[in-house]
Amino acid sequence: MDNQSKELFGQTPWQTVGPFFHYGLAWKGGADLTGQSELGARPDLFAPEHYLLRTPKPRGPVEGIGIEIGGRVLDGDGKPVPDAMVEIWQADSGGRYYVPGATFIGFGRSATGNDGAYRFLTILPGRVPGPGNSLQAPHIAVGVMARGLLKRLVTRIYFPDTEGLDTDPILELVPTERRDTLIARREHRPGAGATNQQAGAYQFDIILQGVGETVFFDC
Amino acid sequence: MTDIYNRENGQAHPPLLFPAYASTVRRAPSNAPIRIPQTVTETSGPRDDWGELMGGAMADMTRQHKGEPLGQRIIVTGRVLDENEKPVPNTVIEIWQANAAGRYIHARDDWPAPLDPNFTGAGRVVSNGSGHYRYVTVRPGAYPWGNHHNAWRPSHIHLSLLGPAFATRLVTQMYFPDDPLVPLDPIANAVPMPYRDRMVSRFDIDVTEPSFALGYRFDIVLRGRHATPMEA
Repeated sequence: MDNQSKELFGQTPWQTVGPFFHYGLAWKGGADLTGQSELGARPDLFAPEHYLLRTPKPRGPVEGIGIEIGGRVLDGDGKPVPDAMVEIWQADSGGRYYVPGATFIGFGRSATGNDGAYRFLTILPGRVPGPGNSLQAPHIAVGVMARGLLKRLVTRIYFPDTEGLDTDPILELVPTERRDTLIARREHRPGAGATNQQAGAYQFDIILQGVGETVFFDC
Repeated sequence: MTDIYNRENGQAHPPLLFPAYASTVRRAPSNAPIRIPQTVTETSGPRDDWGELMGGAMADMTRQHKGEPLGQRIIVTGRVLDENEKPVPNTVIEIWQANAAGRYIHARDDWPAPLDPNFTGAGRVVSNGSGHYRYVTVRPGAYPWGNHHNAWRPSHIHLSLLGPAFATRLVTQMYFPDDPLVPLDPIANAVPMPYRDRMVSRFDIDVTEPSFALGYRFDIVLRGRHATPMEA
């Protein structure tokens, strides 16, 4: 049997992205959802003539509180994962997901560095509806892919001290002692967040396995 | 709240821990994922404006440099469908692969097979209104890897799809018919039979073009919308 066999029809299986995806997937600017930089790619991993992906163009200003989210992807030995790709999906500052034509797309992609680090520049998302009449706390959906990950891992980034964190319908499904793995840590840097309490930098490590393992979701 | 999309079919997908693929051992989470309802976060996605997000089409991977790459020129075509056999139109497929000698243009691939200055191995197509896609490339070669003694990856093309929603994301690999390495490959075999065979393309003389290229068919099936009974 093969791909065309009618009796075999159904979901195409997941496979790993492997270690060599950088020249095919990680475009320059993919990790800057505000469209102001070339963050996200790894042009150091191949010759410049083989960079065929998108060259970022300047975009209009994005409304909202600008934030930076970064962290490291770590394996079960606590070692950095230098060949991971982190994707994010989020609503705009008004709690609206993308519709064609909107300035803010809300999708980003960051390849990790040799130190396992990823970094996004984006805006704080607004609240979106949850099941029933509930409202979710501001969050960013995350997909993690890497060599050695046969399927995507899905998690969420929440923000400390934001409205709705105590009543979020998804966080409520997570055992209390593991919820902290889903809440980014505020980085206090000189000068950061001077104009707004929630602006500035956040840290969110993704621990694939072992002590402090990040909570992953089946959605 | 009812799911909008079907869940991943557990049998058709690989487990996260598959010790024969050694890299899974320290990267697979120890805890099972927590099942959550599908909210608007999971059922929405960056659909439609692929050019704005990622850039335009790169449907001919043999015409990206000064000359033509060496190797067997091939056409790969098929449809993107959901589980209800409905076409998934206007969805992006990102493509990457090794060259005909089995070498990736990547700093971390250093086995002694030649690079081809005329081949990068990166492509991108968008499915049309009836879910069809088509691209031209060269058949990738097999390559060795360090997973176990004398380990070789079968010829394969990596494919990445977003589909209509965050929940429908898929990264897979397309294999070639009658490749003796497929049954020996721990990555392909992490998918139990018969589902592994869903990733094996079919040679098709009708896709093949005279004096141009061999043709292969490969349909990609994403998670479908949950069938809900009609409301009374």
